[in-house]
Order: sequence, then C-alpha cells, then structure tokens
Amino acid sequence: MSEEHKKVSIVCFSGDFDKVVAAFTIATGAAATNREVTIFFTFWGLNVLKKKQGRAWIGKNLLSRIFNFLMGGRNNLPLSRLNFMGASPKLMTGMMKGCNVATLPELIEAASALGVRLVACEMAMHVLGIDRDDLVDEVEDVAGVATFLNESEDAHIIFI
Amino acid sequence: MSHFIDITGEHCPMTFVKVKLALAKIGGGEELDVLLKEGEPLQNVPRSAEEQGFTVSGIEEKGNGNYLVRIRK
Repeated sequence: MSEEHKKVSIVCFSGDFDKVVAAFTIATGAAATNREVTIFFTFWGLNVLKKKQGRAWIGKNLLSRIFNFLMGGRNNLPLSRLNFMGASPKLMTGMMKGCNVATLPELIEAASALGVRLVACEMAMHVLGIDRDDLVDEVEDVAGVATFLNESEDAHIIFI
Repeated sequence: MSHFIDITGEHCPMTFVKVKLALAKIGGGEELDVLLKEGEPLQNVPRSAEEQGFTVSGIEEKGNGNYLVRIRK
C-alpha cells in the first residue's frame, strides 16, 4: 500500500514558541494521518530538545555557556511577535488551554506517542557546545544535512 | 468488542491524534466508535482510518452537528 509510505520531514530551525507549536502541529497531524514524520532540529530549534527546560549553563566554554543560559530551554521559547519579555508565551498557553487546543507540552507528548522521529543537528550542537546528554532521551539520532536529505528523498520537506 | 471515544471537544490536530492512539490500543477485529463534529473531523477521520487499512463500517448522524463513526480494526 503506497499510502503507508507518505513521508513528511520538518526542519525546525526556529526556537520561537509559535513556530515550534506549528512544527509540532504539522508533525502530529501528519503522523496521526499515517505519515512517517521526522523533525530535524537545528540552531534555535535545539532549545526545544534540551533536557533542562529552563535556563541552564550548558556548554563547553564560557561563550557557549552564556549563550545557552540566555536562550534557555523549552520553557523560555519566545513568541515571534509581541513577546513582552516572555510573558506572552505563558498567556498564549493559557489562551490555548481556554480554547481546548493542545498546548506545546501536549503536542510534544503526542508526537512521542505517535512515533515522530526527533533528530538533532550535529553541526549546530557543536557550535552551541551542546552534548547528546544535554538533550532529551526521545532524540533518536544526531545527524547532519546529508542524513537529513537522504531520509527526506521522497518526503515533503517543510522548513520552519 | 466495541470501544468509544468522544472527540467533539478536541481541535486539530488532537482529533486525529486521539483516534490514531485509540485505534492503536484496540485489537484486530474490534470496533471503535468515534463521536465527532461535522466539518474537518467528519471529512478526514474516516478517510485517514481507511488509508490505514481499517474499515469504516458506519456513519450515523447524532444531531447538533455530531456524528458517530464506527471504525473496525
């Protein structure tokens, strides 16, 4: 059955709250409608995958430690517009709950339950001084662009 | 054996997610009754179930824009 082989590959470059919600909405929707889904997290997107969900001094040198502290983790993702120093993502989560729309943690949990493959970009991890151990266990692979392209050969590629 | 799930309070993409996860839990030959709203859930939940090789054995109007879709695994 060819329907079983529909594939979607999402590049999550952004670490903005609203864009990450979009990435996980597409990912879970696609996985739930029988598609094979991979999300490749690079640069700012890696913040979503950090084990420490708040601000933490992750990194191999002073600069990367400061950088990672300032970026923070999943709980610090800023809204791409009208962030108001981090107040808006919390307000937005409240609005989503109020409308009974899945929040980011719920979407991430659903993605995991549906077997969405999470891949972290090796190069961005290297630049930001992030180790495999700094990322959540759900990350299936640490890979580069060649792996991503090979796996995405017959997939829809979405860049966020 | 028949199972039931109400997704009338859910929104995209959790409508599909909940049905997919519920279908994963039931055994072959068993049925899942899905109460859903007209519009996107009604258009796409039965279609995606059939794409996965399941059988949609009935769609029943329940009033107030709600439908009961029976899916056999």
